[in-house]
Amino acid sequence: MMQATPANTIEPLALPEGVQGIVADWSSDQRAFKKVPWGKAMMWIFLLSDTFIFSAFLISYMTVRMSTTDPWPNPSEVFALTLFGNKIPLILIAIMTFILISSSGTMAMAVKFGYEKNRKITFILLLITAALGASFVGMQAFEWSKLIMDEGIRPWGNPLGAAQFGSAFFMITGFHGTHVSIGVIFLIIVATKVIRGDLDHQRPGFLTGRKGNYEIVEILGLYWHFVDLVWVFIFAFFYLW
Amino acid sequence: MAHAQGQQHAHAQGQQHPIGIYLKIWALLFILSALSYSVDYFHFHGYLRWFLIIVFMLLKAGLIVSVFMHMMWERLALMYAILVPTLLLMVLLGIGALEADYTFFMRSVFFVKGLF
Repeated sequence: MMQATPANTIEPLALPEGVQGIVADWSSDQRAFKKVPWGKAMMWIFLLSDTFIFSAFLISYMTVRMSTTDPWPNPSEVFALTLFGNKIPLILIAIMTFILISSSGTMAMAVKFGYEKNRKITFILLLITAALGASFVGMQAFEWSKLIMDEGIRPWGNPLGAAQFGSAFFMITGFHGTHVSIGVIFLIIVATKVIRGDLDHQRPGFLTGRKGNYEIVEILGLYWHFVDLVWVFIFAFFYLW
Repeated sequence: MAHAQGQQHAHAQGQQHPIGIYLKIWALLFILSALSYSVDYFHFHGYLRWFLIIVFMLLKAGLIVSVFMHMMWERLALMYAILVPTLLLMVLLGIGALEADYTFFMRSVFFVKGLF
């Protein structure tokens, strides 16, 4: 039964699939997440905790919106912009959505080219992702200032209706915007590492001293896609409700 | 030769997929976003609006998680570790909705004169 594999070839062990695979992985008295670098597993765990944070925000937003007796301001009108003389509903948010999705596309390709060790294209794609992310944050700043200065919306009240609109809006989009900003910073850091060749030459990192590896591009990608994912839910529940 | 290939295989553990799938998913996400925007633009209302919003949202979320975040190529142990706790949030959602309905009822009774 036990076939002796030649010592000079490193073949991955056959792991059971399906439900049996789950049981085998979790009960293996080793690492539960096989075939995944630990950094990636930890990023997934972090994203799970972040999911709970954003869900807590969105569910409490739902609770205050359902329970208020004041009329809720219509997001379609609040976030409308006048372009070329026409008032287009929600247009800024639509543009922001497309920008974030595009940045997710470039990020996914950066991960792919990273594993192919194509340093230059990975660098360019990471920079495009960072630029798109930064423009997203810029548009959000524009949106916030328009709401605060022109519409008079405050976390404790607004002239349009339910007071909870402001607190929910600033809390949720503010937290999301913070995530995007942190993501942009990390994108720039990783892009710098890529173009310097730190990952190719396995140079130890500044903070952790871990050997450079293209896995960090994928781990960063997970974070970035998660930010996009959260926006999908915010777009649906805050802006389209 | 076999040795070198084995080594390479052991090092290149990361997710590697043809670029076409990313471009296709990107295009799909664009289409789905345009569709969910048009739900607002064309003023759909009521249950149809809710149905469309949630369908497009779940499709987008599913595509991002499964392809962009490579979840569909991971082992089930990781998939379940992340997705099952997320599904438990539905309980919180239900509790929140129940509580909100009750609060709304009480506010209607005591704050809004003439409603009951």
